[in-house]
Amino acid sequence: MAKLLKIRFSTLMLILGLLFLYVPMIILVIYSFNSSRLVTVWAGFSTHWYAELFRDQQLLSAVWMSLRIAFYSASMAVCLGTLAAFVMTRFSRFRGRTMLSSMITAPLVMPEVITGLSLLLLFVHMAQVVGWPADRGMATIWIAHTTFCSAYVAVVVSSRLRELDLSIEEAAMDLGATPFKTFFLITLPMIAPALISGWLLAFTLSLDDLVIASFVSGPGATTLPMVVFSSVRLGVSPKINALATLIILAVSIVAFLAWFWMRRAEEKRRQPVQE
Amino acid sequence: MPEVLSKLRSKLPSGRTVVFGIPFIWLLLFFLLPFALVLKISFSSALIAVPPYQPVFSYINETLNIVLNFGNYLFLASDSLYVAAYWGSVKIAFISTLVCLLIGYPMAYAIARAPLQLQLVLLLLIMLPSWTSFLIRVYAWMGILGNQGLLNNFLLWLGVIKEPLRMMNTNFAVVLGIVYAYLPFMILPLYANLVKLDTSLLEAASDLGSRTLNTFWKITLPLSKGGIIAGSMLVFIPAVGEFVIPELLGGPDTLMIGKVLWEEFFNNRDWPVASALAIVMLLLLIIPITLFHRYQSKELEKNG
Repeated sequence: MAKLLKIRFSTLMLILGLLFLYVPMIILVIYSFNSSRLVTVWAGFSTHWYAELFRDQQLLSAVWMSLRIAFYSASMAVCLGTLAAFVMTRFSRFRGRTMLSSMITAPLVMPEVITGLSLLLLFVHMAQVVGWPADRGMATIWIAHTTFCSAYVAVVVSSRLRELDLSIEEAAMDLGATPFKTFFLITLPMIAPALISGWLLAFTLSLDDLVIASFVSGPGATTLPMVVFSSVRLGVSPKINALATLIILAVSIVAFLAWFWMRRAEEKRRQPVQE
Repeated sequence: MPEVLSKLRSKLPSGRTVVFGIPFIWLLLFFLLPFALVLKISFSSALIAVPPYQPVFSYINETLNIVLNFGNYLFLASDSLYVAAYWGSVKIAFISTLVCLLIGYPMAYAIARAPLQLQLVLLLLIMLPSWTSFLIRVYAWMGILGNQGLLNNFLLWLGVIKEPLRMMNTNFAVVLGIVYAYLPFMILPLYANLVKLDTSLLEAASDLGSRTLNTFWKITLPLSKGGIIAGSMLVFIPAVGEFVIPELLGGPDTLMIGKVLWEEFFNNRDWPVASALAIVMLLLLIIPITLFHRYQSKELEKNG
């Protein structure tokens, strides 16, 4: 009886917690279809704010800018993060190991204002010493995002690398494959799912970042969070609700596809056992 | 010819060094070096110029001049605003972390005990909001908490309150926003820890007559210590430096160091004071960061 009660308590908390997470988002979505300018008073159904959203040139160009930065940052972060994860899981003792592992884990928790400020000072010094970057913008945001995203990629990829059966890699090397070839033919295909989820995580993190980008950006590069922030600062606006709805929709679709795909992969893995 | 090639090859760094070197140099250049520069600029003084600070090192007439200005730190210590902001940040981050833990622990426990198929769905549901947009999730509360907001309207309609409660622009709203935004980061490490928990231990305890609550205090909780530390640090450390949430949900009496740093940097253009603020914040956070690092590197190096 007591056990039942306890399970019930944690299940109840789970349901309440999920409600807590989702009710504000559902409210956002509902009020994006409100015809009134006031976000809190319902005045009838309308898709007016969506039309307004697509007419906003400044916002659309910010979306394009953010998507490009996120794409480049995620791609670079996957390369760097995978290398770092490989070093951490496959190389045993070497000099600089503790330093590398602390430099990988620290960005996970570092307050954004500190990262942003420190990178800005770096870019200012670099401009003085080597003459690059002359003006800050997309390239500097790309470097900043790559740095903190690769930490997340390293965590995702290293947990997959640790699960792998080492004997397959060893067998390939015993059969004469170079470490390079073994990595590309054996290891890489096996960690591909982790690379994809790492890439997606890095992509959303980059797309979402306001603070670091605000520090290292210049007048030329305005990302989507900066536009949203300057509008939200002035108060609630149904246009932002419409934008939020579209973002939630896109993320839900990707998450559903990922879930569907993972389930199918799981079923496929089970099938040979059943036969 | 092959001789030349092999000679050339021996000059080149080995593959191992390259694999190690690329991420190492990148992080050295773009993560560690910047902190040294923040430290340097924190000893500079503000100047109306581009960039807006006095150089710390200068080389004039064959003499290296090092001018260290401790004024910024003395200024931080003497102005009660900054001390109050540090204290406020730590207090708000601590309360938020505690609330996250109290809500997140039972949730993670329930997920870890759910059927395997359901676990994946539940985890996706927990993570999904944090993949949308941080800003928009904070924004969602602006419409709910305002004086004319949904929550006040609802409570007025219920007749629980006679006049709107002031919830927006208070520390309550800031804590609520932090809990809302960071809850998934508390749940994930807790889940990862609790799912590995050997249930036979719990069964053994119950067979030996231990009551459920007793088993929880003596077995489940101590064994999930790693998850609690990781989750708490993932919430506490970023929350101390949080800028967006106090800016959007906080009021004039909400003093948090992330916001103060932002204002020093962007509004006052005082880079040296902003740098000094960052250095002191880092010193405050060094113990939590070390704790987190120790746990995380244990995770990274398992079987390694």
